[in-house]
Amino acid sequence: MSRLAPPEIESFLIHEARLLDERRWEDWLALFADDGWYWVPLEEGQASPRDTVSLMYDDRRLLETRIRRLAEAALHAQTPVSRTSRIVANPTVEEEDGSGLTIRAKFEMVEYRRDSRRIFAGTTWHRLARDGEGGFRIEWKRVDLVDCDAVHDGLSVPF
Amino acid sequence: MPEPTSEEIAGLIRPGRVHRRVYADPAIFEIEMERIFGHAWIYVGHESQVRAPGDFVRTRIGRRPMVMVRHEDGSIRVIHNQCAHRGAMVVAKESGNAKRFECCYHGWTYATDGRLVHVPLRHGYPAHFDPDDPGTAMVAAPRVDSYRGFVFASLAADGPPLADFLGYMTTSFDDMVDRSPDDEIEVAGGVFRHAYDGNWKLYLENLCDAAHPIFVHRSSIDAARAQDDTVHTTGAGEIAVRQMRQNGAPPEFWRERVGIWTYPGGHAFLGDYHDDEKLVAASGDPAFAEYLAALEAKKGTEETRRIMEVMRWNSNVWPNLSFMSQFRQLRVVHPVAVDRTEVHTYAFRLKGAPARMFEDTIAFANVTNGTGSPVLTDDLETYGRIGTGVTSQGAEWIEIGRGYETDRPDGKGGVEGVDSTSEVYIRNMYDAWLGFMAAP
Ligand code: FES
Ligand SMILES: [Fe+2]
Repeated sequence: MSRLAPPEIESFLIHEARLLDERRWEDWLALFADDGWYWVPLEEGQASPRDTVSLMYDDRRLLETRIRRLAEAALHAQTPVSRTSRIVANPTVEEEDGSGLTIRAKFEMVEYRRDSRRIFAGTTWHRLARDGEGGFRIEWKRVDLVDCDAVHDGLSVPF
Repeated sequence: MPEPTSEEIAGLIRPGRVHRRVYADPAIFEIEMERIFGHAWIYVGHESQVRAPGDFVRTRIGRRPMVMVRHEDGSIRVIHNQCAHRGAMVVAKESGNAKRFECCYHGWTYATDGRLVHVPLRHGYPAHFDPDDPGTAMVAAPRVDSYRGFVFASLAADGPPLADFLGYMTTSFDDMVDRSPDDEIEVAGGVFRHAYDGNWKLYLENLCDAAHPIFVHRSSIDAARAQDDTVHTTGAGEIAVRQMRQNGAPPEFWRERVGIWTYPGGHAFLGDYHDDEKLVAASGDPAFAEYLAALEAKKGTEETRRIMEVMRWNSNVWPNLSFMSQFRQLRVVHPVAVDRTEVHTYAFRLKGAPARMFEDTIAFANVTNGTGSPVLTDDLETYGRIGTGVTSQGAEWIEIGRGYETDRPDGKGGVEGVDSTSEVYIRNMYDAWLGFMAAP
């Protein structure tokens, strides 16, 4: 059985969810390592983002562009903007070594936009490296939606 | 409201204009499902999805759930996914292999050509019950045909053969397959399924629209232009960022270098708009050099040069297909309601090409067809806004007249726009639309 994540990890995940809910995109991006990546697979148990399509698969370069776009004035897909509310829960340590830890957690997100609500839920995986000052940086984050391969309307907001 | 007459329907299209009802009226939509999707050749899948006898994949014709299956004689059949007993959907898995299809409800069992072959509890049926009646079956589409692996079905017993229907568009399918060193491509890498609150016709109307990127994709163009290219990439992000920038090509480029060609039946293709050495021509990419060598080894220098000189962006095969050979992408449009549409997108692997080529295909699929793409999400938003806009009682006529006076014959039986931003391909789709919708 995996061990419950310590409080500083839970605080980190709660902080991250808050940055996303408050649309502090640049601050969220700053949590990632310089060669960090962010992945939302299309298929359940998808082994690789290289040979199968993904709802989102951003290396650092694309993640920066995605985040920069979210602040652009002519952002049609976010006019009006989505409001979101995230809950993160059940964080466990799946792996730990000298350089960092792999955390598994559950999340639920309600997205409200233009008179409609959508609910997203699933499992998140964070590989966190210690930054040497008591904090963490995200080396990679994977988000497995329960309905990853469903028909979806456009997905503009990172999970 | 009574069903509109053929004359009324014909009156909805004028030179360079379409009545907004065509996008908003549920009665028109119902007639489209009947007259267009009930008759025309509809793309249902690719042969590589059903290689062996018994291989099947679920598909659709219009709103109808269908199954495309390789029958034991090697032919491909397209059958309705409905049990002839009390109507249950028989095939529940998305894809797989089966010797027979057995209904979950009372065990009626069908061969892979849809014939009813076993009815348990055979006592007690009335005299009229005839399991050999072709209507007592998973009823098969009367016509199925394919061109170079691309499978189409028609629900009409009569009509022009597939080759006539495709006409000059066969050259776009050729382009897709010729690019494989082994002359074979296969569906691979997963299926995006995205949806929007708008009419099904909007999708193909957008895929050859050279005038929209600079407006619709403004946010991703500007964000990509500001991107620092020294930042880390696995290669995937590089393709995405370059593609976003390419959408911002200047108006002169679209005018002088791109082009739009249309053909009878509602089909069209847009010229390629890439001059980026890492994207389509990919001359800067070592995997591309390796690929060219493989192609030359199999096909010779002359033929390889001919293949590489074909420069097409999206090819639309009306009413429900659009594909793109340069990065091996294919989209299938599924109407759901007058104001709701689903699109399924596929990627293809070139047999005999280096693995890296397919990784680029995947990266390109994510940015152009991805449900979470910073590009596609702005297209989906636009379709939704049209879906709402056309329900307003404002301007009655939708303008599709750009280039109307300057369109010209292309010498191959088609009509080309004077430049790529001509709406000739939309007018051409309405010519086909009228042929089905308002035929006397
Ligand atoms: S509904 Fe299929 S066997 Fe009865
Ligand atoms: Fe677009």
